[in-house]
Amino acid sequence: MEKLLRDKRAIVLFVLPGLLFFVVIILVPLVQTGYYSLLSWDGITAPSFIGLNNYAKLFTDSATKFGAAIGHSLILAGMSVFLQLPIALVLALVLASGVRGEKFYRTVYFIPVIVSTVIIGQLWMKIYHPSYGMLNTLLRSTGLENLAQPWLAQKETALAATFIPMIWQYIGYHMLLLYTAAKSVSSDIYEAARVDGATDRQVAAYITLPQIVPMLKTCVIFAVIGSLKSFDLIYILTKGGPSQATEVPATLMYSNIFTKYAYGYGSAMAVFIIVECLLLTVLIQRLFPSDPN
Amino acid sequence: MTTIKKLSKDSRPVKRRRLGTLLLEIFLSLVALIQLFPLIWMLFFSLKTNEELFGANVVGLPWGLEWENYSRVFADGNIGRYLINSTIIALVTILATGFLSAMAAFAVTRMKWRLSKAVYVVFLMGMMVPVHATLLPLFITLKPVLNTYWALIIPYIGFALPLSFLVLSGYCSAIPRELEESACLDGANIYQIFGVITVPLIRPALATVSILTYLSSWNELMFAITFVNREIYKTVPFGIMSMEGRYATKWGPIGAGLVVATIPTIILYVMLSEQIQSSLAAGALKG
Repeated sequence: MEKLLRDKRAIVLFVLPGLLFFVVIILVPLVQTGYYSLLSWDGITAPSFIGLNNYAKLFTDSATKFGAAIGHSLILAGMSVFLQLPIALVLALVLASGVRGEKFYRTVYFIPVIVSTVIIGQLWMKIYHPSYGMLNTLLRSTGLENLAQPWLAQKETALAATFIPMIWQYIGYHMLLLYTAAKSVSSDIYEAARVDGATDRQVAAYITLPQIVPMLKTCVIFAVIGSLKSFDLIYILTKGGPSQATEVPATLMYSNIFTKYAYGYGSAMAVFIIVECLLLTVLIQRLFPSDPN
Repeated sequence: MTTIKKLSKDSRPVKRRRLGTLLLEIFLSLVALIQLFPLIWMLFFSLKTNEELFGANVVGLPWGLEWENYSRVFADGNIGRYLINSTIIALVTILATGFLSAMAAFAVTRMKWRLSKAVYVVFLMGMMVPVHATLLPLFITLKPVLNTYWALIIPYIGFALPLSFLVLSGYCSAIPRELEESACLDGANIYQIFGVITVPLIRPALATVSILTYLSSWNELMFAITFVNREIYKTVPFGIMSMEGRYATKWGPIGAGLVVATIPTIILYVMLSEQIQSSLAAGALKG
């Protein structure tokens, strides 16, 4: 047995193919991105090494509006944590307390999560359509026609109009995670609380909630990281427009690399996104009370 | 149990409790409507005529069933092509990811070698890397295969591997040693132990990672719009985006296209909703 488990050739055969994929697709490109970020390069002519100039440019070049893009992604992160998560938490606690149709509601709430973002995006484009969209049609038919407006095409509303579908789509995801955590709390604790005369609301607030804090932390991390990395829905709905009102770091990175051929500058943005995500993950880990277990 | 019930919430008057339950159910149904209505509306407008869509009947049920939208999107759109492409890419990615990560998980959790911990940690860190960080280098490296299925299959496998590996490792390490030992006494070699003992035991976990890999590869957008631009290799997400340009003024066929593109996922979800939910929860816990 020992000899079998130490078979070097078998180990190499088992691990190497997967590891190779991992190294070639993730590790090496990661290092390359770091290197590109130090270059001035358009992908065609010879690159020149410019040190940290690209990073300096991120924050000094006002034409790029990178600061504003970060701001937008932080607004999204804020909305995710303070709007999406509370809704998800309430739904999770209600469903976990055992209402009728628990499984049905859980299944329905989760549907938007698995539908492709492109579908969701196309759908909301139709909802927001200035002339024939569902939203403006409803406003007009209820006598609120002066509220009807080109939601995605004007600077004042574009950002909110882009973020709402993103919040909407992932409520079910956080609901499911928190629900799973709430359900895994031992039923002995609940029964003990009931014996002591606790009401539903008290059970939720004093028993379930403290028990699911670790999962809540995970959700906050997902919500924040997901917001900082966000790309798909914004790219589909507005591509960062109108006049950069909905630009986030990832859309700026994409347009700098693939429409302006600013390979070095775009790579610096990619590195910024990675570092930002790592830092905030660590920060959130610190902010939460550490796991009692 | 009876005492417990009596002592708990039942202290409130029955009438008030009924009202509370009713309000709760109204609230839950309202949320369900908000989560579903955009999708139902999509189904509605896929069956409407242009006249209805552009003024006469924007929000409500379709007056008649305009199936022509569907035949049209299949006839002169490429939706069938996109579905085939997405299916091929998802299938190869799922099979390869499952196979590669099961082998790696087996070697790391069951076999004895010095660097096994290190390999585990490397994959764990891989979970943190966003696709953005590798987009441009991969675009350059994959130049020879751009505009083929491989341009998407290869990176999809790479990015699906870490999570798949972690989920499978968790399962593998729970297998009792005795099973492998008795197989060994029966004269099985290490490859037989893997194929005959381990793989059948981790089948539930393989189902979980297959679902996760399906969802991530079927819905992926950033690589899909960058590594492929020829119509015949586009996957569903990119294909749907380009449909918007072709049918700008005909919402019916667009709606039909959206519905057709959603159907595979919805069918899967209807059949496996519990499994899909627990897979995503398990995937998140590993992340």
